[in-house]
Amino acid sequence: MIRFAFLIIFICSAAWAVEPDEVLTNVEYETRARAISKNLRCLVCRNENIDSSNAGIAKDLRILVRDRIKEGDSNEEVIEFITDRYGEYVLLNPKMSFQNLLLWISGPLFLLLGGLISWRYAKHKGQDSTKELSEDEKTRLKEIMDD
Amino acid sequence: MIAELGHLAVIIAFMVAIVQSVVPMIGASKGYIGWMDAARPSAIIQFLLIFFAFIMLTISFVTSDFSVKLVASNSHSLKPLLYKISGVWGNHEGSMLLWILILAFYGALVAVFGKRLPIILKARVLSVQAMIGVAFIAFLLFTSNPFERLIFPPFDGKDLNPLLQDPGLAFHPPFLYFGYVGLSMTFSFAIAALIQGSVDAAWARWVRPWALLAWITLTIGIALGSWWAYYELGWGGWWFWDPVENASFMPWLIAVALLHSAIVVEKRETLKSWTVLLAILGFSFSLIGTFIVRSGVITSVHAFANDPERGVFILLILIIAIGGALTLYAFRANSLRSSAVFSPISRESGLILNNLLLVVSTIVVFIGTIWPLVAELILGRKLSVGAPFFEIAFTPFMVVLAIFLPLGAILPWKRAQILRAGSPLIGALSLSVAIGLLIWSLQTGGRILAPIGLALSAWVILGSLTDLLMRCRMIDIGFSAGLRRLINLTRADWGKTFAHIGLGLTIFGISAITAWETEDIRVAKIGEEFEVSGYTFIFEDVSKINGKNYTSDMGTINAFKNNKLVAILKPEKRFYPVQRMPTTEAGINSSLKRDLYIALGDFQDNGWTIRTYVKPYAVWIWIGCLIMAFGGLLSMTDRRLRFASTIRLKQK
Repeated sequence: MIRFAFLIIFICSAAWAVEPDEVLTNVEYETRARAISKNLRCLVCRNENIDSSNAGIAKDLRILVRDRIKEGDSNEEVIEFITDRYGEYVLLNPKMSFQNLLLWISGPLFLLLGGLISWRYAKHKGQDSTKELSEDEKTRLKEIMDD
Repeated sequence: MIAELGHLAVIIAFMVAIVQSVVPMIGASKGYIGWMDAARPSAIIQFLLIFFAFIMLTISFVTSDFSVKLVASNSHSLKPLLYKISGVWGNHEGSMLLWILILAFYGALVAVFGKRLPIILKARVLSVQAMIGVAFIAFLLFTSNPFERLIFPPFDGKDLNPLLQDPGLAFHPPFLYFGYVGLSMTFSFAIAALIQGSVDAAWARWVRPWALLAWITLTIGIALGSWWAYYELGWGGWWFWDPVENASFMPWLIAVALLHSAIVVEKRETLKSWTVLLAILGFSFSLIGTFIVRSGVITSVHAFANDPERGVFILLILIIAIGGALTLYAFRANSLRSSAVFSPISRESGLILNNLLLVVSTIVVFIGTIWPLVAELILGRKLSVGAPFFEIAFTPFMVVLAIFLPLGAILPWKRAQILRAGSPLIGALSLSVAIGLLIWSLQTGGRILAPIGLALSAWVILGSLTDLLMRCRMIDIGFSAGLRRLINLTRADWGKTFAHIGLGLTIFGISAITAWETEDIRVAKIGEEFEVSGYTFIFEDVSKINGKNYTSDMGTINAFKNNKLVAILKPEKRFYPVQRMPTTEAGINSSLKRDLYIALGDFQDNGWTIRTYVKPYAVWIWIGCLIMAFGGLLSMTDRRLRFASTIRLKQK
């Protein structure tokens, strides 16, 4: 198992990503291809995009992306084309679908929730400015004074 | 014999830890002084025993004793000495022993230097610390024994994964573990405070140095790991949002929040229960991180042991520790009331905002990290969450944090008027906006990120300097008098300034490298000349090199700027025969202005594939981290906070 895991590292990260013969001469197309590639996952690697992976499948995908661009697809169409064939596993940036709702809204949601709580806390803290000392505090004050 | 001695020492340490976790705790609740006193010697003995075991394992590695299974599968007689030693923790079992060693070390530190801690608090802290120890030593003994022998020892070992044979990675785990485990200390203090039912300024003062130490080492550990990825993985990425990286990043974020909220407890005796909760959360994320890394439950670039038995064991530890702590918290947090008053616009509120942003961003990282697992288990869908998600979902929080940082840092305690308190910052603000606009107008068609990031970094740095200037009142009282005040500022004040400036510099490095990096990929013949963003490179030659345990193709590429030689780059393609694994060693020339970065690829069609990058201001990412850590160190050595002199208030 460990061997296998190392093998995966070996295939993927032994450094060769985009190779010179893949690069498109059209600069705009190439820039778009690179941007798209950064969002697509190399299927046999661990958390690596196809742009920086050395695996054969990543190379195939890179060429496929470029072919689709040359065919005149928009960025979204290219991504859709690839997702249709390889499943959503290939997307490093998961879709904003209903099932992924919690994933996408967790940040804003918790910010709102935490923000409300802190706001109420801070307001509450601003109000009761003159309060009697509690029994605990009285005894402690006495202790300190006695010292 | 050596390995058996080590094994025996761990078993005895296990029993000592059991005693240490039970006896002082009972003593503390019954008021038996003698029972409480047992905590001190047992913490020291436990540490010495684990240390002894660690030395025994190290000896096995250094002498290449291949009858020990762990040595046979992770070392090789030809390996350089440094990697024989770092090989001790370059594997699952050894790294767990290191984890336990550091845990025991922290316990011993409290025992030795905590003379002034109230005896009841100390007994409870050490007892909780020992409970964690019991859990992890049991884990080591029952699932991951590093001292296991082989009946038929091999002639030579299988060697350490070559990717790990690197100075950056040799020291990355120890620092990281110092950080992870350091948070166990604040956790133990939090549990002790909950049992005791009180938290006061003195408690915050005792906790802060531990939180600082954990945070400093985590910062350095993360920076080392990122630096390693930068030069070793061959395409100059420095952060991948890999689950293993996130595992260390989450405790770091919580530690930052904890450091700031502990200031509020110390200065204003408020936010007590929240700070205790953060202390619990910090270590919880360390445990979650350990679980993620050790169980291999979430696949990632860093491949380690994949053994369900171990995963389940750590999961149990995790559930008991976090569940137990949170239950205790639910019952006792109410007793930690505080009566201090502050208005919605005040330093207190600023720090609450800091905590809010840090904790929510931690939650985002956490959910993003476990989402693939959740989706597969619950929704039955295989999906990925990678860097693009985190860039969208996480970065905005850090942007908002950086926007509010200088303002929050300059607000007075209790009550403030935002316009009056903020007015000294107008200079810093306008200058930063001007810098942003200037860069925006200068760059043609580049990403919007550069002007925003650079304006933010200028704002954070200039804001910190303004804060410093205000503190010494140099404008009011003249230069020399101001200078004297400046020198006399406490180390905690200096620490704050350095840490914030370090953050600003890291933001600067990140923005610059992300926005302005240029790349060139080509097949080059020997003698070929090519140009990348103003630099001329000449591909001189490639030669075969024999290393101690590898062979290598080493390229030589000279870089010129304006016809002057500025750097000779030597990128390598190494091959480690024992593991039959190639690695790349990028040729890097660093300066404060830019990194020239070249990686050498395969030979094809009479030429070599060469990837060249010019990465502007890349080193500032790590310089910023070091300055942050230095700021933490200054703060930690502040006279009022030193472990040894944590006194007063309660004790007198």
